[in-house]
Amino acid sequence: MLIYTLKRLGLAMIVMVTVSLISFMLLRVSGDPAISLAGEGASNEEIEFVRIQYGFDRPLIIQYFEWAGRALHGDLGDSPYLNQPVAQMLRERMGVTVILGVSALSFAMILSIPLGMLAAIRPNTWIDRVALSISVMGQAMPSFWFGLILIIFFGVHLRWLPISGSDTWRHFVMPTIALGYYATPAIMRLVRSGMIEVLASDHIRTARAKGLRWPRILFKHTLRNAIIPVVAVAAVQLGFMLGGSIVIESIFALNGLGNLAWVSISRSDLPVVQAIVLFLSTTYIILTFLADLLNAFLDPRIRST
Amino acid sequence: MSALLEVKHLNVDLNLPAGTLHAVRDVSFSVEKGKTLSLVGESGCGKSMIALAIMGLLPPSGICSAEKIAFEGLDLQKMSEKKMSTFRGARMAMIFQEPMTSLDPCYTIGNQLVEALTEHKKVSAREARDRAVFLLEKVGITGSASRLKQYPHQLSGGLRQRIMIAMGLMCGPSLIIADEPTTALDVTIQAQIMGLLASIQQEFNMGMILITHDLGVVSRVADDVVIMYCGQVVETGNIKEIFNNPIHPYTRGLMECIPVPGKTKPGEKLGSIPGIVPTPIGDLWGCSFRSRCSLATQECAARGLELIKISDKRSFRCINPPVTIADA
Repeated sequence: MLIYTLKRLGLAMIVMVTVSLISFMLLRVSGDPAISLAGEGASNEEIEFVRIQYGFDRPLIIQYFEWAGRALHGDLGDSPYLNQPVAQMLRERMGVTVILGVSALSFAMILSIPLGMLAAIRPNTWIDRVALSISVMGQAMPSFWFGLILIIFFGVHLRWLPISGSDTWRHFVMPTIALGYYATPAIMRLVRSGMIEVLASDHIRTARAKGLRWPRILFKHTLRNAIIPVVAVAAVQLGFMLGGSIVIESIFALNGLGNLAWVSISRSDLPVVQAIVLFLSTTYIILTFLADLLNAFLDPRIRST
Repeated sequence: MSALLEVKHLNVDLNLPAGTLHAVRDVSFSVEKGKTLSLVGESGCGKSMIALAIMGLLPPSGICSAEKIAFEGLDLQKMSEKKMSTFRGARMAMIFQEPMTSLDPCYTIGNQLVEALTEHKKVSAREARDRAVFLLEKVGITGSASRLKQYPHQLSGGLRQRIMIAMGLMCGPSLIIADEPTTALDVTIQAQIMGLLASIQQEFNMGMILITHDLGVVSRVADDVVIMYCGQVVETGNIKEIFNNPIHPYTRGLMECIPVPGKTKPGEKLGSIPGIVPTPIGDLWGCSFRSRCSLATQECAARGLELIKISDKRSFRCINPPVTIADA
């Protein structure tokens, strides 16, 4: 188990370094940073002064290590557009996105796992058909469109829920559904096919021959085996969700990281974009690592490799 | 002596896309307390279906009907699924063909053994664990206390089958059904496991149904034998009668397939039965074995071929037997 954890941790580190390199390069490949920092109409001397002032004249690799060192200490530079420390901007916006991400993933799990289980226990019945329709709809609808439909129906017609802002929990209901529904089909189909496969396996027959009662067979012996591939997919889905939150936050005017990313991209505020890319990919890498650990906990065969 | 298990006129049909497969046709037998009954036949002759029908574990496509399946005097057919599950594992246990996949890969051996007992009896975790250790030693597993913490993938096929046997014994059942328990194992392990099953059955005085296609195994452990072909009983009898005087051409064919120490000379070709087992789908008539039987005549295709009873236990299904009944 220790060896496995260390291996996974090492792998996560390598991915992390690669991502940070890409995110660092983002600022360099988008043009000469000295020119854009010096501003319009600056003379050559002024540009050269900025270049030396900010250290852009030194080798890239040294610049990278300096930047990475500062980033590790929480210093992500300043936004030239707003003249604010980027780290502080991130901290202010993070809460909303984290709440949205966690609630959307929980919503997806709570909807898809029981539905997938029911569909597997009663295949080819009406329950299965309902589950299938829900997942096909989720697969087919783009989340921004579904978000707009929710706004029109529950916000404008029924006036049940607020359509923008992040003041109360009610503001999060529609964004959560819009974002979480997107991840539902993949998880549900996987739970269903996994459960069907495990229910037909020899060890379930053994469990029945032992006289175990149905709930125990279902939850202890079937679900645990069926959920193993789901954990890995859920982690990947969460990655999609982090990307999707950029769209959803804009639609529902949630003041989160996604919204900040969108605004910063549109005004070429590159240090902020860079920091958000770094933050989201770090979150993704940590979650994937945790999913690997969870899988190892569930499946002893993974532990011993 | 009243029988532990009595099966009368059991039929199992499987609804398949290609039609109804008559997996088991009109099979009757009984198992006495502390005795071993062997069901013998080729793959696909319905042996496993009989076992699953008794346990109430037929697949959803399987339909079982019988005049009687009485276990310890109770008719299992009339029992609710809930009542049935209090019998399964507790009063009757089953050991399967595939030890490699018959254990849940996610839980330790100890967990799965203990669970078999605690599901049926109110015992402390300590007592259940002690029982597991005791039985693991009975089935010849050394260092059993540390084995309890191991996972199935860490164990060999032979060990897993021993664990399956121990698991079957957890509640002290009166009937144990072993469905080809050695088929998936190495030849070197097969004899060990068979010997173990036989001695355990003796020691715990259980009734046993041993399902196999190996007559050599049967000759060593069984008390009574039911020879099956294509879902039907073709011959039944006491072990001695069957081996000394096989009547049905199929039984005789099977006998020729086993080498006899002292009689079979080195290099001599063993017998084989030509052809393959027909699939029992659709309307069936006559003797199922006639397509492979060297003695078949036109009458063998006639309808309504009944079992011919020659003594209390002895019967066969053949209208043209190669021996006269007086000899048998």
